[in-house]
Amino acid sequence: MPTTEVADQTPHTRAPAPQQPTRRRFDLRERPQLWLVPAVFVVVVLAWEYGTQLLAVDEYVLPRPSQIVEALQRQLTDEQFWGHLWVTTQEALLGFVIGVGAAVLLGTFISQIKVVEATLMPYIVAFQTVPKVALAPLFVLWFGFGLTSKVVMAAVISFFPMLVNVIEGLRAADADRIQMLTVFGASKTQIFRMVRLPSALPFIFAGLDIGIVFAILGAVVGEFIGAKEGLGYLLLQTNYNFDIAGMFAVLVVLSVMGLLAHFVIRLLQRRLAFWAEDTKVIGA
Amino acid sequence: MAIKAMGRRMQQPAAVSEDSWIEVVGLDKRYQPRRSAPTQALRDINLTVRRGEFVSVVGPSGCGKTTLLKILAGLSPKTDGAVRIAGREVSKPLPEVGMVFQAPTLLPWRTIFDNIMVPAEIQKLDRDKHRERAQQLLELVGLTGFERKYPHELSGGMQQRAGICRALVHDPAVLLMDEPFGALDAMTREYMNVELLRIWRESGQTVVLVTHSIPEAVFLSDRVVVLSPRPGRIAEIVPIELDRPRELSVMSSDRAGVYVDRIRNHFNAAGVID
Repeated sequence: MPTTEVADQTPHTRAPAPQQPTRRRFDLRERPQLWLVPAVFVVVVLAWEYGTQLLAVDEYVLPRPSQIVEALQRQLTDEQFWGHLWVTTQEALLGFVIGVGAAVLLGTFISQIKVVEATLMPYIVAFQTVPKVALAPLFVLWFGFGLTSKVVMAAVISFFPMLVNVIEGLRAADADRIQMLTVFGASKTQIFRMVRLPSALPFIFAGLDIGIVFAILGAVVGEFIGAKEGLGYLLLQTNYNFDIAGMFAVLVVLSVMGLLAHFVIRLLQRRLAFWAEDTKVIGA
Repeated sequence: MAIKAMGRRMQQPAAVSEDSWIEVVGLDKRYQPRRSAPTQALRDINLTVRRGEFVSVVGPSGCGKTTLLKILAGLSPKTDGAVRIAGREVSKPLPEVGMVFQAPTLLPWRTIFDNIMVPAEIQKLDRDKHRERAQQLLELVGLTGFERKYPHELSGGMQQRAGICRALVHDPAVLLMDEPFGALDAMTREYMNVELLRIWRESGQTVVLVTHSIPEAVFLSDRVVVLSPRPGRIAEIVPIELDRPRELSVMSSDRAGVYVDRIRNHFNAAGVID
C-alpha cells in the first residue's frame, strides 16, 4: 500500500548523469588501444625492416619498409602519379554514388510494396552470389577502356551491400513506434519519414561504409582488365617493371584512400545517426 | 497555471452530451485465428464516461483490458457494438485522442521537445500555438530545461512524463493510458500517480486508464471498471467517492481500503490473483 512519505520523493531532481569530461577520451588507462595500436604498427614495421635484412629476403620478393617509403616519396613528387590517383578517385566516387543511389531508390521501392519484394528478392539473392569481380572483362568489352567501364564496375560492386542494408533497415523500424504514430493519426508517408527512414539510417551508413571500399576495389579491378591510366594500371606497370617497392607504395596509397573514405562516412554517421552508436547492422 | 482548451476543438455534432463523452454500447470483440476456434476477448461491454471524468479499467491478465483500450484508440477493429468518442464513431484513430503507452516510446533521434510536438506535426496543427502549449506542458510535468535533451539522457520516469506531454499537446478530448507506470519502480510510480492527478486537474481531460494495480486505480479514479477474466465482461463499476484533491495519505484511510478489498474480491472470486 502507498504510504504518505513517498510524495516527497521527487524524481524531478533525479537528473541524468553529467557528460563525461572530454579529457577522458585521451586517458591511456581508460583506453589502452590509444598506445597499443601505434605500438603494434611500430613493432611490425621494425620486424619487417630488420627481419627481411636478417633473413636476406630478396627485395624483389618483399621490399623493406624504408624502400617502400622511398618509392612513395618518388611517386608523390611525380605529376603522372597524381593523374593516376585522380582517375581512380573519380571512377570510384562516381561508381559509388551511382551504385549507392540506385540501391537506395530500388531498396525503398522494394521494401514498400510486398509483391515487388516477393518477386525481386530471389533475383537479388541470385545476383548477389555472382562474383561481381568476374564481370569486369565483360564491362571492359561493353564500355571500353575508358572511365565508363570502371565506373560501372564500381557501381555494380557497391550496389548490393547497400541494397541489402536499405531493405533490412527499412524493415527494422520498431512496431511500437509505428503504433504510436498511428494512434496520433499518421499517414503511411508520415510513418515512413518520421520512423522508418531514421530507423534505417544506421543500416544505410553500414552500407555506405562497405560500399565505398567496394567501389575502390571495383575501379582497381576494372583497371586491371583494361586501362591506360589509374592506380590499378600503375600497379600492373610497376609489377611489369619489377618495381615491387613501387607496387607496395601504390597499395599504401589505395589503403589510405579507403581509410579516408571510411573515416568521412563514420564522421557523418556520428553526426546524423548519433543515437545508434552501437546498433548491430549487417554486412555485405 | 491552468492549461485549458485552445479553441481548436473538433466540430462536435450538436447532440453530444457531456455525460456521454465516451460511449461504448454492446461491444464485442472476437479474434478468429486461422484454423482454430474463435476467442472471445470482450463480451457485451457497456460503458459511458462523462466529460472530464477519470475512469480506470482493472482486471486479471488477459481479460482484454488492453484490447478495450486499443479499440477506443482505433487501433483494433471491434466485432460488434458501437464505440463513440465525443460523438464520433471510432473506426480508425481519431485526432481527438491522445495516448500514453506502457513504454515511453519516444523517438531517440528527436529531442524531448520535438518528441512532444509529434502529434501536432502529424495533424499539421498551428506550429507556434502548439510550441507554446508544449512549453506549458513541460512546465506542468516539471521537465522545463530538458527540451533540448535526447530521450536517452532522461530517467524512465522523466521519459514517461514526456510521453504524457506528447499525449496532451494537441489538446485531445480523451486521454487513453495503457499501464503507463507499469515499467517504473514503486517509488517513482506513486510519485507519478500524484503527478498525474495534478496534471489531470489542470488539463481537465477525460481519462481512461488501464492498470494492473488496484490501489493505483482507486487512488486515481472517479470510477473503476472491473473486468472479469476471459471473455472480458464488466463485473462491476465501482464509484470511488474519495474527496479530491487526493494525496497519497488517502490510501491509508479505511474507506480506500474498503474499495480496494471490494475490487480485489472480484479477482479472488474468479480464482485469479494478478
